[in-house]
Formats: sequence, structure tokens, C-alpha cells
Amino acid sequence: MPSGCMQLNSQRHGLPRRFAPRNDLNQEQAMNPLISVQDLHVSFRMSKTDTVEAVRGVSFDIPANSTVALVGESGSGKSVSAMSIVRLLPENAILGQHSKVLYNGRDLLAAPLEDMRRLRGKDISVVFQEPMSSLNPVFTVGEQIAEVLRIHLKLNSKQALDRTLDLMTEVGIPNPKERLKSYPHELSGGQQQRVMIAMAIACEPKLLIADEPTTALDVTVQRQIMDLLAGLQQRQKMSILFISHDLGLVGEISDEVVVMRNGEVREAGSVQRIFSAPTDAYTQALLACRPRLDSRPRRLAVIDDIVNKRPLCTEQRVAAPITGAALIEVKDLGKDYLLKSGLFKRSVFSAVKHADFSLYKGRTLGVVGESGSGKTTIGMMLTRLTEASAGSIMFEGVDLAQLSAAQMRIYRSRIQIIFQNPYASLNPRFTVGQILIEPMRIHGIGKSEDDRARLALELIEKVGLTRDDFGKYPHEFSGGQRQRIAIARCLTMKPEIIVCDESVSALDVSVQATVLNLLLDLQDEFGLTYVFISHDLAVVKYMADEILVMSQGEVVERGSAEEIYARPQHPYTQQLLGAIPRGLAAAV
Amino acid sequence: MSTDLLQALPRSPGVWAQAWTRLKNDRVGMVSLGVTLFFIVLVLLAQMGLVAKDWQKEVGTPFAPPHIVGKIVDGSQTAVIDAIAGPSVDMSDVDPLAPRYEEWKKRAAEFKATITQKSDTLPLGGDQLGRDVLSKVIKGAQVSITVGLTAALFATLIGTILGALGGYFGGRIGDFLEWVYNVFTAIPYILLVFALAAVLKSGPLAGTLGSGAWTVVIILSLVGWTGIYRLVRSEYMKHRSREYVRAAEAIGASHASRMFTHILPNISHVVLVQLSLHVVGFIKAEVILSFLGLGVPIDMVSWGTMLSEAQTELVQGKWWQLVAATVFMATFVTAFALLTDALRDALDPKLR
Repeated sequence: MPSGCMQLNSQRHGLPRRFAPRNDLNQEQAMNPLISVQDLHVSFRMSKTDTVEAVRGVSFDIPANSTVALVGESGSGKSVSAMSIVRLLPENAILGQHSKVLYNGRDLLAAPLEDMRRLRGKDISVVFQEPMSSLNPVFTVGEQIAEVLRIHLKLNSKQALDRTLDLMTEVGIPNPKERLKSYPHELSGGQQQRVMIAMAIACEPKLLIADEPTTALDVTVQRQIMDLLAGLQQRQKMSILFISHDLGLVGEISDEVVVMRNGEVREAGSVQRIFSAPTDAYTQALLACRPRLDSRPRRLAVIDDIVNKRPLCTEQRVAAPITGAALIEVKDLGKDYLLKSGLFKRSVFSAVKHADFSLYKGRTLGVVGESGSGKTTIGMMLTRLTEASAGSIMFEGVDLAQLSAAQMRIYRSRIQIIFQNPYASLNPRFTVGQILIEPMRIHGIGKSEDDRARLALELIEKVGLTRDDFGKYPHEFSGGQRQRIAIARCLTMKPEIIVCDESVSALDVSVQATVLNLLLDLQDEFGLTYVFISHDLAVVKYMADEILVMSQGEVVERGSAEEIYARPQHPYTQQLLGAIPRGLAAAV
Repeated sequence: MSTDLLQALPRSPGVWAQAWTRLKNDRVGMVSLGVTLFFIVLVLLAQMGLVAKDWQKEVGTPFAPPHIVGKIVDGSQTAVIDAIAGPSVDMSDVDPLAPRYEEWKKRAAEFKATITQKSDTLPLGGDQLGRDVLSKVIKGAQVSITVGLTAALFATLIGTILGALGGYFGGRIGDFLEWVYNVFTAIPYILLVFALAAVLKSGPLAGTLGSGAWTVVIILSLVGWTGIYRLVRSEYMKHRSREYVRAAEAIGASHASRMFTHILPNISHVVLVQLSLHVVGFIKAEVILSFLGLGVPIDMVSWGTMLSEAQTELVQGKWWQLVAATVFMATFVTAFALLTDALRDALDPKLR
């Protein structure tokens, strides 16, 4: 693993290590961990005869006053392992007979439920992924924090109120006095997560389990929450079990890392060793699969490459040159929504304001921005899934924004879109064959049904699936495979432009790399033009030749990818780039 | 490449096949399916005239009790007056009509009369006229179930189409349909049924539609579509912005295609479950209507008319007609409702 590159990278940005590495855990702490998970087995009863084993013999220790990270992709059993500690598992879970979770020498798995209830929230507390659905919408945040204090610490309402104020100040909520009376929906996602953290640390727990606490948040907010967690850990002298799929994020906060896959621990060790000298092929692959800001190889490494010890591709990809006139020219594009703000009053909300850009054949335009920046709306307007309220989209001398729905149908096949969620974008009642043949039938591609079936089979193989998949239903495929089907569906119409709306965001890191490689191969083969929309700056940097940075509906910066990443001009772009998790590199 | 080769490719079991596999593992579901099928077969046989054809024949004595009760010998069942006991006396010398007896006997021999042997007990007893309650309840099942099924089918059809239009397009079409819905639901149920019955039975349409069970079917389906409409509408509103529908729009699929080939199969479980719930509801509604005298005509029998008759019989202690109709109806309705429940589980689209 070229960890040298990572260091180089951090030097370039000159980021300081936010929190000093703490290797000073003394012997005693290491000998007597706070929590010791031993030989944990968890299975789920799916039906009378069928059980699925989610966790198979996992063991790890959480020392006092330190941060341990559980890293793994979806289905690796990381959340199940962590929730076993507090026994917050679904009812159909079966724990292994010899499994033990020792807390102060006591086996929590054998403890009576009443004891566990007293322990939860007091000694061990949990922060979940979705702050919005974890908070009760009908109580103010002050009431919700105070409730924890009243139940566990038996404070009266006056004391609870004072302590709540302290806690809200501690987790960095601005104007805590006023915010006390706010309802959850009045707070932003980051503030909601802060409230959740305040509730979790209210009773000064020994262990805080943070289950993907920043996954639902924007990068800049993620950065703030990470800082908060790291600071709290040191001030409160507690331990944190940090669960994440993002190895880069984990590198910044943790002391120990446990890498999990398919319910087993693949590798465990100190954060320095995992990042500098990973021994397990899977850990190496996780580190290598992520596109990095400092290099742009022709092909991203995938897990197979590492496991089979194939040499990594080092040849760098150069930006595609601008050839010929612009394929699409967008001028002053805007989208306004009318909001009812009273019985007769209407206010206007502009999702996109005055966007100008051009698309060239064979090139990729990256659109980055946080949630609510209007990046998805731009993609929707390009494909006319949303009507533009201002501006023009000139395509071969025709303004797509002015066409009627019927006139647009001719152009539909030429501008296609791949959606974010591969689980939602395929009709669950259609077979793969039906999904691929339908667009060809609509646009009269292929002479007969046989002809179309043949084309569909060709495309299935082109995107890396097999002929046998023709008759299968979407639910039989994994997320990455479904995204391949969605790509094949676009290709049936031989489009010139494909809008990729967060197309790899829902995929695991290792799968992301294979889908990105496929997209690049197809671009080379068919000369496709991509509009690549994502909140993930590393992925956009890897894919795009030119980049639009969006914030609150406005294009704040526009330029070649290298230019923007090397010399960001706008403060917002600088803030975005500064927030990218860089793993250990940022720390050293 | 030919179609033959395509067919050689493996094909995964479809949603219905998988639902069937799941239903097969559901014991309650399978038993209720069996009971329901038994009733459907009974209805078909009755329709073809193979069973319960002679339900109107008076085969028993009035209020003949069921077999298990046995003949009631308190005299209330047979009103035959016993002859006065005593020695027979030859009265031919004083009887002025005696010479004619021979002549009358001869004349009577010229006619032939079959006297049906009226049974004292019947399998499930008899009604006031001595009609077999078993035949009646089977014939009643035919009418009640047919009415319930057809009315539910029509109501589901109306509800699904209007709900699809309202939910998918929204806007003005949606507003208009909401308005229609509100008008229908604003009128009290029974009042609406009375009004429709009055129109259909004595209005200008009475000639074509006013007879038979059709009136009941029309009344029930016109009154009962509203709930289905709301549910289907909400499902369409939810699905129309789903990514797979947006994806279909992006490939240029028409509105009709998106509404009926893309969305409808995905909400078919909702429609199907509503359909079966309404079958149960409409069977009960038909019973109520017939009980109120707005149901099937007098020359037909349904579970509702049987219950209506039973009301007066019960006072005289003749409980068997009431029990037969209630047990049959309760069995079918319970089985059908349980089957619906099992179907809902089996058709759950959240496929693993």
C-alpha cells in the first residue's frame, strides 16, 4: 500500500492532526479492557427451518478511554456485533452458547433483562445513524434530553433542565436556551445528531456506541460531528465503539480498528498498523478501492485484483480533450418551486438559479454539492423528468426545455439517467429481460422480439452479468449487480449522454470501484458523455474532467477537475475539500 | 439466437409462484383455502342445477326438525286428529248415500294421485312450509356468494381505475375525483342504499335491471368502491414518484404503460386483499339488505332471506333455519377472511 502517497496528500493540504495519537494506553488498561467480546455468534431465524448466521465467532476488546472502530461493508455483521453488547437485537436473533460479552468481568449476555435496561443509556449508550427518526417529533429536544436524566439519574425537573442546558452547550448547539424549546424538525440534521449525542452522554457513560453516526449527514457536517465525538471522548474519558463503512473516516478518530467481513474479523490492530501495513488482502483492498484525490489511475483496483495479487494499474488517466462543438449548451437554467405560506400568500423557493454549462462528447461533467444544493434538480431538468422554469437546454439546435412531452419522447432515448438507489429504480415485478426489452420496444429498436432479446443478452454480458440472469428478478441481485442492470437498460437505447445521479453512492466501497471501472470502459467504447452528480468529492474527482461546485442552488465554482482540487477559489469549495476524510494521512 | 434458445435460459419463479410457495407453508391459509374452494364448488354445482334444485319442494312436514333432534311427538308437528275409539257399526241400512259408495270408488280409481311421503325429520330440519333447510342454505349460498363476489369485483374495478387516475395524475383530475368521493361518502350508507334501491326497483330502469339479484350487485358496487379508491389512490401517489417509475418515464414509457404495466403489478397485492375483504363485507351487506327487504326477490333464497324468516320462527322455538344459515355464513366468511390474511402475507412484495 502506498501510504507515502497519503502523507504527500496531507502535506499538500497542510492539514494538522486534529487529535494527537494516543499510544499511551498503559499496560493495565490493555490487560483489563472495559468490554471484552469473546467468540460472539449471532444467527437469525428466518423461518421454522432456516437460520442465517450473521456473526461467526467474533472477538475483540474495547480498552477503557479509547476509540475502537468496527469497519466493514453492508452485511459484514458490524452493527449486529455492536448491538449484541447492549442486547438490542431483533427478536429472531439467536446468540451462540459460548459467546460472552464481559463488562467489568460480568457476562452481559447472561445478565437479566432488568439489569440490561438499567445499564443501557447509563453505562453504555448508543447513537444511531438516522437522527431524524431517532428523535420523537412531538416532544421538544429539551424534554427528550431531560427525560433521560430524570429516568437514570433521578433528577428533579429543575436540576434536569440545568443539566440539559449544560449538555446542549457541551455538544455545541448554538443558542442552547432557545433551542431547548425547539422541536426536532426545526433543527438541521447535524444539530439533530448533536441532540442524540447529548442524550447519549447525559449519564456520562463508560462506552458510547456510535452506529454510522455521520452516514446520513453532509461532509462538512460530518467533519463537525467527528470533531465533537473526538473531543467528547477525551473530555469525558469514555470509550467509543465507532461503527463505519468508511475506512478513511475511521482513521481519523480511532485508536484500534477491527475490520469485519461476512460476520468474521478479518484483521484487527492499532490504527497505525492497519493503515501502514495491512496484512489481510481484504483490508488492503478496502484501502486501495477508494478513488484518491492525488492519483487518477486508468482503472481502480478491485478486491479480486488484490486477492489474486495482480499488479495495480498505475497508468494515469488524462482528462478527455474537448473535441468539436458542445453537445449540449445550458444557459441560465433555473427551477423555482411555489410554496404556500399562507391562505393566499405564495413564496418562491429556487432550487436552481442561473446555471450555465456545456457538455462535450466523451467528457464527464462532475456536479458536486451537499444535500439541497440543487445538483439532482439539474440532472432531472436535463432529462426532462422535472420541468425547468427558466433558461434553455440547447441540443442540436433544439431547446429541450421548450419541447412538449410528446416531442420530447424522440430525445428521451438519447439522454438517459442512472439513479442513486439500485433497489428502487428497477421494477420489482419485471425480469431483467423485460426491463431491457421494454425501452427497445418503445423506441422501435430491433426488428423483432428475437432481435431485441439478442441485443438484451449482448448487453447483459457487456455489463458483466451472465446469460442466465435474463430470466431473473431484481431482488435476486446485489446492489452492484442491480446498478449494472440499470446501466444496461440505459445502453439499450444507445444514448449519447448519461446522467449519473449519485449512481454509486448507495454501493459498498469495493463494489463502487467495479461500477466506476465499468462506466469508464463504456465511455471509452461508446464515446459517452457523462454528467456525474455526487456528494462524494473523491469519486467526482476520479470521474470528472470538468466540475461544477453547487451550493444552495447556485454554481459557486466551475473549472477543470484538477484546477478545482488543486486551487479551490471559492470559500465553500475550500470548506468542502477540507472536510473529506483522509484516513490516517490527515492525522500524521 | 432464436426464441427457443431464450426459453432454454433459466427463468426465476415469478411473484405469483413465490406467493403460492409461501401460501403452501401457511397451515391456516391452506385450510381456509380448502373451505373456500369447497363453497365455490358448491355454488357452481348449485348454479348448474346439480344440487339443491328442488329447494322449493315441500318435502317435509312443516317445521320438520333436524335428524339429530328426532321427531317431536308433542302433537304440535302434525295436526292430525285421532279417530275416536269404539267398535265399528254397520250403518248401511240407515245411510242414504251407501248405494253410491261403489260408484264413487270406481270413479276415484280413474284418477291417480301421488302422495309425497312427507318426512317427519330432515337433515337440517324444515321451514314453515316443510322445505328442506339444507337445500335452502345451499341455494342461499349460491345467491349470497355470487352477489358478494360480483359486487366486490365491480367495486374493485371502479375503485382501482378511479384511484389510479386520481393518484397518478393528481391535480384537477385528482380534485374532481376527490369531490365525487366526498359526495358519495357524505351520504349515510343506508340512505344511499335505499335511494339506489328505489331508483333501480321502481324507476325507468326497473324493467331491465329491477329483477333478480342484479339490483343488489349494482347497489353494492356503486356504494362500496370508495374505500378501495382511497387506498389505491394513496398507493399510486406513493409509487408515481418512485425511482422505477421515473426510470420508466426516462425511457419514454407512456402514462398508460406506467400506470398499468409498471405500477399496477406492484400494488396488486393491495387490490387483491381489498377485493377479498369486500367479498366478505358484501356478503354481509347482502344479508342485511335482504333482511330489510331490499335484497333479492321473494322467489329466490339467500342467507339474508333465511335469517329474515328465522326471526319469527325463533319465537316458536324453531331454531334450525337460523342455525343453518348462520353456521354456513360464518364458516364461509371466516374462512375467506383468514384466506385474505394469508394472501396478504404471501403476496407481500418485500421479497428477500
